[in-house]
Amino acid sequence: MRHLNVWTLAAATTVAMIGTSSAAYAACDEIILGSAISFTGKYSTNGIHAKNGYDLAVKKINDMGGVKIGDNCYNFKIKYYDDESTPARTAQLLERLIKQDGVKYFLGPYSSATTKAAAPVMEKYKIPMVEAEGASRSLFNKGYKYLFAVLSTSEQYLASSVALAAEIAKKEGKKPGDVKVAMAFENDPFSQDVRAGVLDDIKKHGLRVIIDDKIPRDLSDISQTLTKVRAVKPDLLVVSGHSKGAATAFRQIGEMKIGTPMIAITHCEAAKVISKFPKVANGILCPTQWAETLSYKGPYFGTAAEYDKAFKAAYTEYKNVPYQSAQASAAVLVWHDAFKRAQSLDPDKVRDAIAATDMKTFYGNIRFSKAGNNIAKPMVLRQIQNGKYNVVAPSEWASHKVEYPRKAQ
Amino acid sequence: MLDNLNLLVIAPFLNVQLLLDGLFIGAIFALAAYGLALVWGVMNVKNLCQGEFVIMGGYFAWYIGDMGIHPMFAMPVAIVGMFAFGWATYKIMIARVVEKDMFTSLLATFGLAIVIQQGLNLAFGPEVQVADSGFPTRSFDLLGGSITVAEIKFYSFLICCFLATAVVAFMKLSRMGQAIRATAQDVRAAKVMGIDTEQVFAFTYALNAAICAAAGVLISMIWVIQPFYGITHSIRSFVIVTAAGFGNLAGVIMAALGLGVAEQYGGFVFGAEMQQVTVVGMLLLVLIWRQVQMSRYRQAVQ
Repeated sequence: MRHLNVWTLAAATTVAMIGTSSAAYAACDEIILGSAISFTGKYSTNGIHAKNGYDLAVKKINDMGGVKIGDNCYNFKIKYYDDESTPARTAQLLERLIKQDGVKYFLGPYSSATTKAAAPVMEKYKIPMVEAEGASRSLFNKGYKYLFAVLSTSEQYLASSVALAAEIAKKEGKKPGDVKVAMAFENDPFSQDVRAGVLDDIKKHGLRVIIDDKIPRDLSDISQTLTKVRAVKPDLLVVSGHSKGAATAFRQIGEMKIGTPMIAITHCEAAKVISKFPKVANGILCPTQWAETLSYKGPYFGTAAEYDKAFKAAYTEYKNVPYQSAQASAAVLVWHDAFKRAQSLDPDKVRDAIAATDMKTFYGNIRFSKAGNNIAKPMVLRQIQNGKYNVVAPSEWASHKVEYPRKAQ
Repeated sequence: MLDNLNLLVIAPFLNVQLLLDGLFIGAIFALAAYGLALVWGVMNVKNLCQGEFVIMGGYFAWYIGDMGIHPMFAMPVAIVGMFAFGWATYKIMIARVVEKDMFTSLLATFGLAIVIQQGLNLAFGPEVQVADSGFPTRSFDLLGGSITVAEIKFYSFLICCFLATAVVAFMKLSRMGQAIRATAQDVRAAKVMGIDTEQVFAFTYALNAAICAAAGVLISMIWVIQPFYGITHSIRSFVIVTAAGFGNLAGVIMAALGLGVAEQYGGFVFGAEMQQVTVVGMLLLVLIWRQVQMSRYRQAVQ
């Protein structure tokens, strides 16, 4: 009896000691999620946005009691490596995480290029990755079984603007064939995916393409394309080319007084167009993965607005919450949900649980297609109105009416 | 393609628009290219970080614009700052490779380009930046259509003309300019005549950095800048200097203006994706033509 008491005492002391160091996480094991992501190099800004999103969600889940599998509880912990924004390094570091560090569950890197390098590694070792920052369609037509993405894929980026143009034409009594579309897309895999999506939708709605320019990757001048736009007067102008494309397009649309009634451009937020081109920006449509004004809601963070608040409280240096952070958080939530349902630490069982995900979150609904992309969340289209981004399409989530035609400056 | 050509015939004002846009931008290319021609001609260093110098100049404008001062005022600051930077770079690095073979200087300046890119990235982040001149756009009715000219492009053109004239006057009239020209002709002979070629090299390299900085200030107000966008400007400079040859400012200016216009037309007629192909294709033709022209002077050494 006395013998036992000593042990109880010892155990109690240990618990008390752990308790003082970290009250909430006491007596839980760790599940290590691995990620090779860009802290330096050209993707570093967004890489850090994504990391902050991952960290916030991990903290939230651990505060909520972590993952319960059977009688055991686990806390998430992320092991990061810096991939220096180079795909080759991403692949190298993932191999290292798998082989040397024994990590069996992964979060994605930032960008389509690095995710493209990551996917084959995951396939090779049969280890699941939930990614939040690689949107390229080409990630999901190779039959990868271990790659899942919570975000909408690139071909959906500008598709809703085509639908919107067709809708407006119908309202004005025009035939869809009379709606002329001008396109300028950067000649890189991402923007060409966006273009493919736009073309599909143009075909579906029966619109007519009159300009289809591919902007070389290292070109920051689209003035000849815009000269053509001025000459042939399209009804819709769509441009995609990352932040450079957006900044160039906004600047030159203003400089050349382009009067196209509807213009849609990707990466407005990243290019900070509202503060840099306040006059030109009004009326231009910008697609986004997520916005804090959307009425999405889920069990972890509550509504989109509540996530926005929680994020700003945790990272006071942010004035706006980038969608890159929101989707990164969503990826961590998918892992938690999958572990809960799988009730196992076996990567293959968890993979199957991820594949069967069907959840509502602050970031939107998440349900994966066979290819691994999220098919339950649409891209939303925001219009810059009086220096603010307002959601105008799809109508289910719209908070404001689209202003058409846009007033040329 | 034919529709586009047709468009140019139906709406002749488009030609004027393309021509103007091409000339305005070509003038800025001319600056960076002339800097390269100097360095190449005088010290036989093919400066691969030419574009990075341009981008550094751009960051001066962006930084000063961000402080609420008009970015145009960055011009003197950038010129002086980059002159000092160029001088220091020469003393620390280029002086050690200038006598070595071509590949050493190529590698050294390529390395420097990477260091500058990453340095800018660490200092200012990888975002795309613009400096805003705040100048309006004017439109004119001409040949049955309206032509837009952004004032900033027009002023840039004037500034380029002024700077080019200043550099020419300096080369012709000043003692240092004469020394530079003498060194370009024959380094050894210049040394024998008592010219401190080391000093001349340092000055030339610094002058090149300063000229590039001026171009960069203008670029940041017309296009966009980002730590990794220097390469485009390097390539353009090389294309221009290769086509025009060094030691000939008029040639460089003509080639640069021609390149600007050719880019605009190429992009308009063949689509934006063919814009640079057009330019590089033209360079290829120039080189082939030269090859043919020179072949009769060539003697086989066996």
